[in-house]
Amino acid sequence: MGAPRRYALQGLFGPGFPEMVGQVPHARVLGIRVQETGPGFSICVLPYRDEIIGDPQRRVVFGGAITTLIDHASGLAVACAVEQLTSIATIDLRVDYLRAAEPGFDLHARSECYRVTRSVAFIRAVAYERTADDPFASAMGSFMLGANRGNNSFERLVGKHGQGA
Amino acid sequence: MSRILDAIPYARFLGVDLERIDGTLELVLPFRQEIVGNASLPAVHGGVLGAFLELTALLRLIDESGTDRVPKPITFSVDYLRSAGPTTTRARAEIFRLGRRIANVHVVAWQDQPGRPVAAGNGKFLL
Repeated sequence: MGAPRRYALQGLFGPGFPEMVGQVPHARVLGIRVQETGPGFSICVLPYRDEIIGDPQRRVVFGGAITTLIDHASGLAVACAVEQLTSIATIDLRVDYLRAAEPGFDLHARSECYRVTRSVAFIRAVAYERTADDPFASAMGSFMLGANRGNNSFERLVGKHGQGA
Repeated sequence: MSRILDAIPYARFLGVDLERIDGTLELVLPFRQEIVGNASLPAVHGGVLGAFLELTALLRLIDESGTDRVPKPITFSVDYLRSAGPTTTRARAEIFRLGRRIANVHVVAWQDQPGRPVAAGNGKFLL
């Protein structure tokens, strides 16, 4: 293949830091954290708490909370895959619930953006409590690039943190 | 039904309300800062919309089947059709097939006009 790719966010790759979710009010309310980012992937964590339970008898997390975590990790994975920052909007997302998430454990989602075209990016993701090879959910989805004129929330971060790489 | 809604912590967390219109359940998601995903538009978080659709599908299923067990989602798929702005979102579910073990549900969410949906979902649940 040709010259090595450049990534718009490569200066931020590595362990996540709190400002990475600061621009997304709902992620902040849920307590989602970024654990790690790298070329075309991200790992996010949703701490287990009573508010995200869907089945009170079994204390199992509501599927929709898992969707939110995967959507968030996947949007970030797309941001980590593009060469230039642009607005990113979910086109579709399909989540398969492989088993119930074990009550009491923090939820992790690892999303990989495996293809980027001029206007669409494609992701696959898994969600797990302990390791990515024992997931309780898997997902795939597509994202529109340059969908709206909203600011990309990473622009400011890259200005602040992204000059090192 | 609102008892069931109250019993689901995640539904309370999202601030979802329930109405019955012409006999059919309709879920209402009032706009709040806490559900924003893109602060610069602003737009409701895609995950919240997905969760709201899934909740609507689930409650319609419980309502129609009269079960006291919460059906388990097998697969849920969401199409995002428009960005959802800072106003109330409503959703309605339709059961395509209620089988002995599996139910197939289609859900649509809209804001100002039912004819301009912001998101649509398709779910399969194990009863």
